[in-house]
Amino acid sequence: MAKIKYIEFNGKEHEADVANGLSVMEGAIQNDIPGIDGDCGGGMSCATCHVYINDDEWYKKLPEKEMGEDDMLDQAYEPKSNSRLSCQLIVSDDLDGLKVHMPEKQA
Amino acid sequence: MIKTDAVIVGAGPTGLFCAHQLGIIGLKCEIVDNLDKIGGQCIELYPDKPIYDIPAVPECTGEELTNNLIEQIKSFKFNFHLNDRVQELKNENDKWIVKTSNGKEFETPNVIIAGGVGSFEPRKFPTKSAEKYDGKSVLYSIRDKSIFKDKSVVIFGGGDSALDWAIELSKTSKITLVHRRDEFRGAPASVQKVKELSESKVINLMTRYSIKDVKGNGSLESVEVKSETGESKVINADYVLGFFGLIMQLGPIAEWGLNLDKKTIPVNTENFETNKKGIFAIGDICTYPGKLKLILSGFHEGALAARGCFKYARPNEKYRFEFTTSSSTIKDRLGVKEND
Ligand SMILES: Cc1cc2nc3c(=O)[nH]c(=O)nc-3n(C[C@H](O)[C@H](O)[C@H](O)COP(=O)(O)OP(=O)(O)OC[C@H]3O[C@@H](n4cnc5c(N)ncnc54)[C@H](O)[C@@H]3O)c2cc1C
Ligand code: FES
Repeated sequence: MAKIKYIEFNGKEHEADVANGLSVMEGAIQNDIPGIDGDCGGGMSCATCHVYINDDEWYKKLPEKEMGEDDMLDQAYEPKSNSRLSCQLIVSDDLDGLKVHMPEKQA
Repeated sequence: MIKTDAVIVGAGPTGLFCAHQLGIIGLKCEIVDNLDKIGGQCIELYPDKPIYDIPAVPECTGEELTNNLIEQIKSFKFNFHLNDRVQELKNENDKWIVKTSNGKEFETPNVIIAGGVGSFEPRKFPTKSAEKYDGKSVLYSIRDKSIFKDKSVVIFGGGDSALDWAIELSKTSKITLVHRRDEFRGAPASVQKVKELSESKVINLMTRYSIKDVKGNGSLESVEVKSETGESKVINADYVLGFFGLIMQLGPIAEWGLNLDKKTIPVNTENFETNKKGIFAIGDICTYPGKLKLILSGFHEGALAARGCFKYARPNEKYRFEFTTSSSTIKDRLGVKEND
């Protein structure tokens, strides 16, 4: 289990306990946190689960992007070099305390 | 006004198989899709990728699946209305009047929404200033390439569309290609070609930049790009093209007075009817406890929704359950010859 902080574009913060094995995207959906759509259900084909990892330490600590994630991020709303797809971030105890920032919009 | 037993909104795999199920129980339907081709996500997003979980089909690509589904309903001769979006549903005397964006009208007791996650739309530039020029000098697809002749064109994107158009238009226009990172996701041969054209100064290639603003006085004059470190540059432009792939927008479906749960439509699992009588929702767009967004689930949902349509289309008849292997009526409808 990990406590994940989701921060909306307007600065509003949400915190959720997310079970290990779920994705950070699923954590947001299950807790009704706005700002992440996850239209494709985690299939890495929609880029509507896009988040920024503003804390550089955290960005480096996360598992590296798999093939295809950057290609999908090209199609996200305002991607940056610290962008990730939250459906590809699988929660484990190691992610306790992770903060993700949501873009202004997803679609 | 076209009268029919059911209108299917969406020609993805779910809509196609539902048409088959309507056909074998003797109902007619009309199928509308806003894309220019049949097949929904399978054809638009992954025509060449193999699918491994279609029952009894160990492996087939998105395109093969689509072609087989089309083949399976060929004998019914149902009409497809492509490049047309279902815009409006109105109830009149217990019938639904369905209107499309091209002005077509249908009268039907049943509407089956098989709209996936909505209609595909190109993802647009995030900059507000680009909206003013949308469709004029800021474009997301190309209809007539001759308009770019001898013009300055700035193309954004890193996939095949961006690369292919950069290569093609560089023959007659001044091209700048802007992409947010150094790697491209297009075909390796196109990436190679663009790099060559950049070295020979035919294409001005700018990586690690994204759009900041578009400027002009009535007509478009330039586009400003920014790097993540805050540096910005201004490029003269007559046209700006964006190729960021497609996003799915629920679009008009959200305005039909249906109950919605996020971007999906809750249904009952007996016949996949929504909160409105005669409106059914199947495939990725419907939701119910345990819903799986898989093609095989869409097939099952379509079979039940088709039976659900029967009582509204043929109020004086009783639906009779039959197997395709043994029913001569079904074989007639399918146009197959009986062997025994
Ligand atoms: C990369 C990728 C891989 C996948 N792999 C698999 C797999 O291996 N196995 C599997 O089972 N599933 C897979 N899927 C999921 C599968 O493609 C979907 O579940 C399936 O396409 C849903 O079918 P559908 O007919 O409900 O909707 P869609 O295929 O989304 O089709 C809906 C259609 O409706 C149209 N439409 C929407 N609104 C309107 C309107 N108002 N007017 C007119 N037309 C409209 C849209 O343009 C679209 O063409 C994958 C999906 C992706 C993206
Ligand atoms: S949920 Fe679609 S890419 Fe992450």
